[in-house]
Amino acid sequence: MFGIYLKRELSRRKKAALVIAMGLALGIALVITVNSVSAGMNQAQDKVLKSLYGLGTDMTVTKAQSAPKAGSSQGPSFKFGATSSSSSSQSSDRVNTQGGQVLASSLVTKVGSQKGVSAAVGALTLNVTKVDGSFTQGKAKSSTASGSSGSSQQGGPGGGGGTSSTGAPQVQGGGANFNVNSYSVAGIDVTNQTLGPLSTSKITTGKTFTTAQTNAKVAVVSKSYAKSKKYKVGSTFSISGTKFTVIGIATPNSSESTIDVYLPLKQAQTLGDSKNKVTTIYVKATDSKQISAVKTTIQKNISGTTVTTSADLASTVSGSLSTASNLATSVGKWLSIAVLIAAFLVAALLTSSAVSRRVREFGTLKALGWPSRKVTRQVVGESMVNGLIGGGLGIALGLAAAYAVTAISPKLTAQLGSTSGGGGGMGGGPGGGQGGPGQQASSNTLEIALNAPVSLTTIALAVGLAVTGGLIAGAMGGWRASRMRPADALRSVS
Amino acid sequence: MYKLTGVTKRYTRGKETVEALRGVDLTIADGDQLVIQGPTGGGKSTLLQMIGGLDRPSEGSVELDDVNLATISEAKLTRLRAEKIGIIFQSFNLIPTLTAQENVETALVPLGVKPAERRERAAEALTSVGLGDRLKHAPSELSGGQQQRVAIARALVKKPKVLLADEPTGNLDEGTRDDIMGLLEGLWHEYGLTFIMVTHDSSIARRAPRLATIKAGQITLTEQGGGQRQFAPQQGHGDQSYGGQQQYAQYGNQGY
Repeated sequence: MFGIYLKRELSRRKKAALVIAMGLALGIALVITVNSVSAGMNQAQDKVLKSLYGLGTDMTVTKAQSAPKAGSSQGPSFKFGATSSSSSSQSSDRVNTQGGQVLASSLVTKVGSQKGVSAAVGALTLNVTKVDGSFTQGKAKSSTASGSSGSSQQGGPGGGGGTSSTGAPQVQGGGANFNVNSYSVAGIDVTNQTLGPLSTSKITTGKTFTTAQTNAKVAVVSKSYAKSKKYKVGSTFSISGTKFTVIGIATPNSSESTIDVYLPLKQAQTLGDSKNKVTTIYVKATDSKQISAVKTTIQKNISGTTVTTSADLASTVSGSLSTASNLATSVGKWLSIAVLIAAFLVAALLTSSAVSRRVREFGTLKALGWPSRKVTRQVVGESMVNGLIGGGLGIALGLAAAYAVTAISPKLTAQLGSTSGGGGGMGGGPGGGQGGPGQQASSNTLEIALNAPVSLTTIALAVGLAVTGGLIAGAMGGWRASRMRPADALRSVS
Repeated sequence: MYKLTGVTKRYTRGKETVEALRGVDLTIADGDQLVIQGPTGGGKSTLLQMIGGLDRPSEGSVELDDVNLATISEAKLTRLRAEKIGIIFQSFNLIPTLTAQENVETALVPLGVKPAERRERAAEALTSVGLGDRLKHAPSELSGGQQQRVAIARALVKKPKVLLADEPTGNLDEGTRDDIMGLLEGLWHEYGLTFIMVTHDSSIARRAPRLATIKAGQITLTEQGGGQRQFAPQQGHGDQSYGGQQQYAQYGNQGY
């Protein structure tokens, strides 16, 4: 009878059952979505960190930050445009170390000899900004256009940034004939490639450096950079007049990597005018549980350095990823808890009121000699089924939402607390032409597509919630049903 | 046999206490028919609740075959209701989502009857009240008279000792009323039930062999003699036990 009664009750009162189930479904779907989105956030953060670190890297050592001196070479300056008034085509490479802070190479061995350090490798990261083209003509035209600003003619030849230029002398304005190309170069220790920038990538075409190529004019380029430049194994390119041959193409393990070109460390040091200097020392600890102890040791024994562990790095992640991550973990969590509580309450109240409307029905059953527990079991059974239907719907809804997030994969940007002196002006206008060339390239900004992976634990959680919701509602309804008296059967109101 | 002694029932509503029954004494012999009548709020339904074991008196005792319903445990009282007492209600009180047959089956559930037997007995009982062809119908698909027949089948399927009816014709039109009354009286005779009925209907009350009038919680008994069947033809009953369905099916075909 239990089964038949249950089936009849649910099929003949579909609407009521569906309202309860939908309420629960909404709450459960939200929990799944929030859960999977925050899992996606974590993944994204991991990706950011891994792209900066080798897989085996436990921490990095960089030069302790000092206050930027006035007049120090912060942004790159280009002399070629300013002095040459001729309109002939020119090209110039500006090479500077990332962050501008370097450590002596000797520190690498010193760090390597610290207690708890299993390996230490130095690397030099450079930013190369290449500017070529001619731009005197562009300047002349642009000033003519602003001169005649009174006329109705708009969108002069330059047509550049939307910010209306009010006649100020234009330097970076509409000059359409020059090209700014900025990329990053890492000089790596070819004798130990398991640690350091290249360890996050796999060589998919060609070969990596041999241990003998400590000062060879060869390069490994990242897949995306090779694609944009149409480089192949055997191609050549030059940086500041030095010609390099591409020997391998590296595909990053995670889709995000900040390095475009890898060179032997010595070559990079020559290019960057940083003989025996490195920007970062990559450190592997003997025991991953001892990382913070090793950090303390290094900081104590080698002054003037900053030791960053992945935990430290994680806290410096900012930008939309960080905002979204915070949103998902705090707002999302509370929102889903609130919705869940509301859903549980609604289910409980609806069940309870449904029981109240069935006073006579349950009273009659009791008058017929049904023990209270049989009546209660019926009510709890109905609620459980409602809860399970709600859970099923909720899981479907949640999966759909998570799938939608993954399908759309919104782009998030992550900025890592940069070591370069203060995040000063961001150069040119936002989104406008190529204003302020080269400046942004030095900050560690990554774009990450957000995924929302749904784990089995999340599903299990959802099922658990559905059962809980059903039980809460059932307990409420069952409690009411158990308190009904057989004499309620004689009530005339239905 | 019923023996009620000094039955008093008080209800407390807020700070007010209402005495629905005041020291009622009543004896009903097995197989007797008693009609209870009286003004609204006089205590009719309360008395029926005491007799049916649906509620307990505040004072006094309600004995059914020497078992005091006022003091036995809740579990025993529930069991007693399931075994011995069949009840019919004014608004039929069928479970709206169950079919006619399933509704009748609900009376056998607490007795632990096996599903197959339950279905069979429910079908038999429905056939005996003339609804053999309505087993799978939901209450909403049946007329008022038919619904009350389902309720009667539900009350009788367990072969109770006592049949209680709370205004069984209160929601029915006159033709159907006579129909149902005829059926009830036929069954009363048939099974030798103790039949206790509360009614508003003075035409039914007038013809009852024994009439109890309740006013302000106090009872007055009137013996009207007879014990004759008022609504049913006199022929075709007697030696048939549960097999006499045909006869009642016949009533079922009248009046609607």
